[in-house]
Amino acid sequence: MLTVEAITSAYGRINVLHEVWLEVKAGEIVALVGSNGAGKTTLLRTLSGVQPARSGRIVFEGEAIERLEPHQRVVRGISQSPEGRQVFGPLSVEDNLRLGAYRRQDAGMRARLDHVFALFPVLAEKRRIAAMSLSGGQQQMLAIGRALMAAPKLLLLDEPSLGLAPLLVDQILAAVRALRAEGITVLLVEQNASAALAIADRGYVLETGRVVMEGTGAALLDDPKVRTAYLGL
Amino acid sequence: MSEFLQLVFSGLTVGAIYALIALGFTLIYNASDVINFAQGDFVMIGGMATVFLMSAGLALPVAAFIAVVASVGVGLLLHRLAIEPARGASPVTLIMITIGASIFIKGVAQIVFDKQFHSLPAFSGDTPIPVGGATLLPQSLWVLGTTLGLVVALYLFLEHTLSGKALLATAANRLAARLVGINVTLILAMAFGLSAAIGALAGVVATPITLTRYDIGTLFALKGFAAAMLGGMGNPVGAVVGGLLIGLLETFGAGYVSSTYKDAVAFLMILFVLFFLPRGLFGGRSVERV
Ligand SMILES: Nc1ncnc2c1ncn2[C@@H]1O[C@H](COP(=O)(O)OP(=O)(O)OP(=O)(O)O)[C@@H](O)[C@H]1O
Ligand SMILES: [Mg+2]
Repeated sequence: MLTVEAITSAYGRINVLHEVWLEVKAGEIVALVGSNGAGKTTLLRTLSGVQPARSGRIVFEGEAIERLEPHQRVVRGISQSPEGRQVFGPLSVEDNLRLGAYRRQDAGMRARLDHVFALFPVLAEKRRIAAMSLSGGQQQMLAIGRALMAAPKLLLLDEPSLGLAPLLVDQILAAVRALRAEGITVLLVEQNASAALAIADRGYVLETGRVVMEGTGAALLDDPKVRTAYLGL
Repeated sequence: MSEFLQLVFSGLTVGAIYALIALGFTLIYNASDVINFAQGDFVMIGGMATVFLMSAGLALPVAAFIAVVASVGVGLLLHRLAIEPARGASPVTLIMITIGASIFIKGVAQIVFDKQFHSLPAFSGDTPIPVGGATLLPQSLWVLGTTLGLVVALYLFLEHTLSGKALLATAANRLAARLVGINVTLILAMAFGLSAAIGALAGVVATPITLTRYDIGTLFALKGFAAAMLGGMGNPVGAVVGGLLIGLLETFGAGYVSSTYKDAVAFLMILFVLFFLPRGLFGGRSVERV
């Protein structure tokens, strides 16, 4: 579904991604793990098009998309719940969700809204409240819900568990699994590597802008190097 | 008492014009962090183009309509030719660009129009309407009515249309706006077009009272900027209240102290806000941005 071929990306003159290769197949949950500053967020930003790729190719469903504008990628079915939630603070929860469907104002929107409310009932309760007055966990659900409103084929999730209480982390990860069951493909970035790899079909380890390891979620969880470097075991 | 009321009427009338200019600043600032100092020139274009089109024989509504369309055209060109190519430049650079654009627009206006002061006949005559011992000019009602109408229209647009919501979303969080698929370049162009339309309409209704000339935009930009700062840059409610307050202060200053320093009020207000009230009366938008 998605193939990333030798993508490089930079902030100013500093290269952050050095020829990253990876692949996401339809129906998979793929985890991308790696320590602070490895370039995980930069990679997702490059996939969404809010950060330019310096070279390399991004192929989505057979089409090269690395030169497309972000909104064109949303139309093609890639949507992202970014690091740090990035909700529209002064706007209501419902407006945030409706804006998630900005490029998909179709008859299915109502159903998707209900679906997001079913996935995260607390959002339905707070639908009229400004997003900035939600708790961190609720904002995270809102960010994911907003990304779902675009009816994505590929969902990019950047650190959905960051700063959340363990119970909420479980709830979010359960939601991710439920999404996959509905046919949404997920690329999941996590610092919480053990949790991410546990629900992932496959995983990649990113280190200073390069993929240094890949394998099934279970294999990476058992790998001694991964265990010491990223799982703190 | 009647003198007081008279000053209130005049103050609110000029204040309403400042409010519209401040709203123009607000729209563009919210969509882009750009403080558009060419905002006052839209007011000039609205007034001057209407004057010249009417002297060419067109009826007021037709002339005004064309003037607003022309102003929108200038606003879109300003965005396309001056702001968009400098995308990613620092806010200070962008502000310098708008100041340059403003000088350029004035230069062109001098050639297209002329260097004289011009006025328009009042839309509904000059017979003052007595109110509580003071009098109100019918043109003041046009100004106040237009301002009210535009504020309501803008509110409805922002709160009840998808494009309006997209503009608010872009103001709240540009990265997230791009991620949900909002074309922020288009939104910014829309903000420039809207601001130009609002400015031009302000120019059309204000010209019978304030007169107009190719360079009148500078003073209007200063007043509108002061109003936007006073209300809290980026806050639409603040822009309107700020505009009315500057108008009232200026008129009362002129009425009770001296009219020599009328234009200094806006300038002093900018300094006052910068030193004592950096977020304005209603709080600027910067608080929501980390
Ligand atoms: N806007 C920016 N300007 C300059 N450098 C940046 C910027 N954003 C990130 N970087 C640098 O790029 C590198 C990769 O950052 P990135 O945010 O992609 O890492 P990450 O793997 O997501 O880290 P984390 O786990 O902390 O979220 C880091 O060295 C970071 O300092
Ligand atoms: Mg990150």
